[in-house]
Amino acid sequence: MPMKNSATKSGAPKRLAADPMRATPKKWCLRLYVAGNTPNSIAAFANLKEICENHLGGRYQIEVVDLLENPTLARGDQIVAIPTLVRKLPYPVKKIIGDLSNRERVLVGLDLKPAASI
Amino acid sequence: MARTQRRKNSAVEVVKTPTGISGLDNITDGGLPRGRTTLIAGGAGSGKTLFGMEFLIRGVEKYGEPGVAMTFEETAEEIAANLASLGHDVNKLIREKKLFIDYVHVERRQIEETGEYDLEGLFIRLDHAIKSIGAKRVLLDTIEVLFSGLRNESIVRSELRRLFRWLKEHNVTAVITAEAGDNTFLTRHGLEEYVADCVIILDHRVTEQISTRRIRVVKYRGSTHGTNEYPFLLNETGMSVVPITALGLSHKASSERVSSGIPGLDTMLGAKGFFRASSVLVTGTAGTGKSSVAASFVNSACKRGERAMYFAFEESESQILRNMLSLGMPLERWIQRKRLQISAVRPTSMGLENHLAVMCKAIEDYRPSIVVVDPITNLISVGTALSVKAMLTRLIDLLKTHQITALFTNLSISGEEITSTEISSLMDAWLSLKEVEIDGVRQRIMYVLKARGMAHSNRVHRFTISDRGIRIENEVQGQERVG
Repeated sequence: MPMKNSATKSGAPKRLAADPMRATPKKWCLRLYVAGNTPNSIAAFANLKEICENHLGGRYQIEVVDLLENPTLARGDQIVAIPTLVRKLPYPVKKIIGDLSNRERVLVGLDLKPAASI
Repeated sequence: MARTQRRKNSAVEVVKTPTGISGLDNITDGGLPRGRTTLIAGGAGSGKTLFGMEFLIRGVEKYGEPGVAMTFEETAEEIAANLASLGHDVNKLIREKKLFIDYVHVERRQIEETGEYDLEGLFIRLDHAIKSIGAKRVLLDTIEVLFSGLRNESIVRSELRRLFRWLKEHNVTAVITAEAGDNTFLTRHGLEEYVADCVIILDHRVTEQISTRRIRVVKYRGSTHGTNEYPFLLNETGMSVVPITALGLSHKASSERVSSGIPGLDTMLGAKGFFRASSVLVTGTAGTGKSSVAASFVNSACKRGERAMYFAFEESESQILRNMLSLGMPLERWIQRKRLQISAVRPTSMGLENHLAVMCKAIEDYRPSIVVVDPITNLISVGTALSVKAMLTRLIDLLKTHQITALFTNLSISGEEITSTEISSLMDAWLSLKEVEIDGVRQRIMYVLKARGMAHSNRVHRFTISDRGIRIENEVQGQERVG
């Protein structure tokens, strides 16, 4: 899979890209689909990083997929909207679209907070 | 730029992309606007998806134009299965890189929305699909699923607007399907607002238990088009529109003659019989021998080694065979020798359009040189007089194009020939059979009401029907009283 752009590309700390082979079920695998460096995508990545740091400590991995470079990857995760965040692990797969500016909604979408709280 | 130039030169010049759907290109005067977007609106089950897929597949098969289908409701597998029943190998076209199907699945329940987004993912997928096979045609079926899949309607609307502009810039000929709306809008989400070049409506109506599919070109910017509602068929050969005047009157008129199978009748018809590829109407009240005239015509054609097709709307095959055997016409042997095919169906079993489709298909497959429809009267029970006439026009056009001589029987009620006069203008020859009282004796009489392009007898002839068939007797003399 040559298409994986690890989060390091966008300047994320190195520890985020820990060896995925050793990922325990408790490790969160998040994939952010973007299309070039648009304001929405940049905002989404920043928002996501902050939420993960605050709620998941070191137990997460963010993979950024730029569809302009790898258009064929859009089919697999059924990507229509940009940016789209896909929670690959833990199951079930969840999708959140938008710039992730509404922190509460993101937390609910990621099951980090019960839906009733908003 | 080329377009604006054309606009200047001539107000009606629009470059067309033929759909390859038979009949549709006639009513649109050449096809859909090339490099533009056409909206197909219709209710559930009206044939929108099939229309779109036929546009793509025929584009590949007939015009060598690869096509992309972006489907929002059916997967590529489902589409392949549906089209396999129409004889299309979708998977083969996909392997050969002539067709690309991208199934887009948007499920609202699985998606959380927060903040700003756009639908660039859709654009990237479409762009990738178009580039990977060099597509010239695009189908979006049904893109308005996005309205139910995504919450932010204003984003969807502005992105659709951008998409339609994008399609135009990419110079692909696109078909976009949409659910029919209520009275205010043509489509449920008002997509016609964005697609201004061509709008076509498909409709599936059931009137008195009989279903009819219709197509109408509502709008076609810069082009002339047929404005009628045209019936169309969806059958095992796919979609075909049957425009009332599509085939027109351009067929070649034959001067070859075909025997009616009744020597005396041939004499009445300038001693030679009917013209080949002409249409003959035989009218008469009940029991006057219409079917026997038809059978004589079939029998003589088969004797000459020609193939005949008999569409029976009143009697079953075995009934016809038994009755005609008693008149000395053993039709069964022609069936065995594969010169005759009898197709007996109840008129009420299906709608007129389906009848026409079935008949056209049978004729195309069997390739007869003569065709009998006995009687057309019963078809009137399925449709209005107008729709029957429209259907017959199309049938006759088809028959003439194939140089087939056709004989239609029609039941007239006690001398009234109202229905006959409506359809008689379509017919080249008209034969009237009657049972009348002449000098106190009931007798069968026959006369030629019209026979285009030939000198024919204008006398009233007696005839008999016996176990040796139909025999024309002497003319009714001037001093005899017919009444």
